[in-house]
Amino acid sequence: MTAGQSDHDFFKTEIATHMDSLYGCAMRLTRNPDDAQDLVAETVTKAWAAITNLQDRAKFRGWIFCILNNTFISLYRKQKNSPEMEQYLEESEDDEPFSLFEKLHQPFLLWWGNPEQEYMNKLLADDIKSAIDGLSDDFRDVVVMVDVQGLSYEEASRCANVPVGTIRSRLKRARTQLQKSLWKQASDAGIETALPITGESK
Amino acid sequence: MKHDHEKDGNALDCKEVVKKIFEYLDGELDEHTHADIEHHMDHCRSCFSRAEFEAELKNKVKNNAEEKAPDELKNRIDKLIGNF
Repeated sequence: MTAGQSDHDFFKTEIATHMDSLYGCAMRLTRNPDDAQDLVAETVTKAWAAITNLQDRAKFRGWIFCILNNTFISLYRKQKNSPEMEQYLEESEDDEPFSLFEKLHQPFLLWWGNPEQEYMNKLLADDIKSAIDGLSDDFRDVVVMVDVQGLSYEEASRCANVPVGTIRSRLKRARTQLQKSLWKQASDAGIETALPITGESK
Repeated sequence: MKHDHEKDGNALDCKEVVKKIFEYLDGELDEHTHADIEHHMDHCRSCFSRAEFEAELKNKVKNNAEEKAPDELKNRIDKLIGNF
């Protein structure tokens, strides 16, 4: 089946709508502006070649992000993980539990103020980008797919070609790493003393 | 923490809610478990605050990970699509 004018118009509109998201995800995946631009261009080319396979136009967003993820893996991550890396990625039980909320949350002071909100107010876009960029490749992929692109676990599983359970366990570990990294950044920046309530409790 | 409303035996406790909180926020739980968590949070300030915090953080990750595409890229893609 050949793509027609209505496919072309639809495609052009959708790409324009999602351009910032595509570029943002490409930046998070490649961590390099030139590579990110090449990745978006390659994704658009592959997507157009497959546009007639898209049965439900309402699913364009998930579909194009899946192509972006697959293109990234094929272009930039040709080497398969070593068995040791796979083992590390799947061993979620050894991870030390960590919660940013618990670090900030002080129940006996809840009625006095809100340290979580104070923290959120001080959290910069650059802090988040840097925390995502610092994740290991497979953890970064899953955070980008689920938290940034908004894919379901099932969609992420199809994109990454791994079982849903693998997506679930990687996501759990990735979020733990992300929160640890955000806490470290906040601690390095002196946020513990900057928060009025935690400061007073010392 | 156990709450009075948990006496029916089917309700989740705080530990179970916290364990499932990300799947709850991701919309990945079955309808019944999702409803159980909502019911728990109607009565538990601590879990409600935790869910609120994780939801806001998730939202910040989504919104702040995006970047404005440079004009150079937009022009490149326009040309590319023009040639399709």
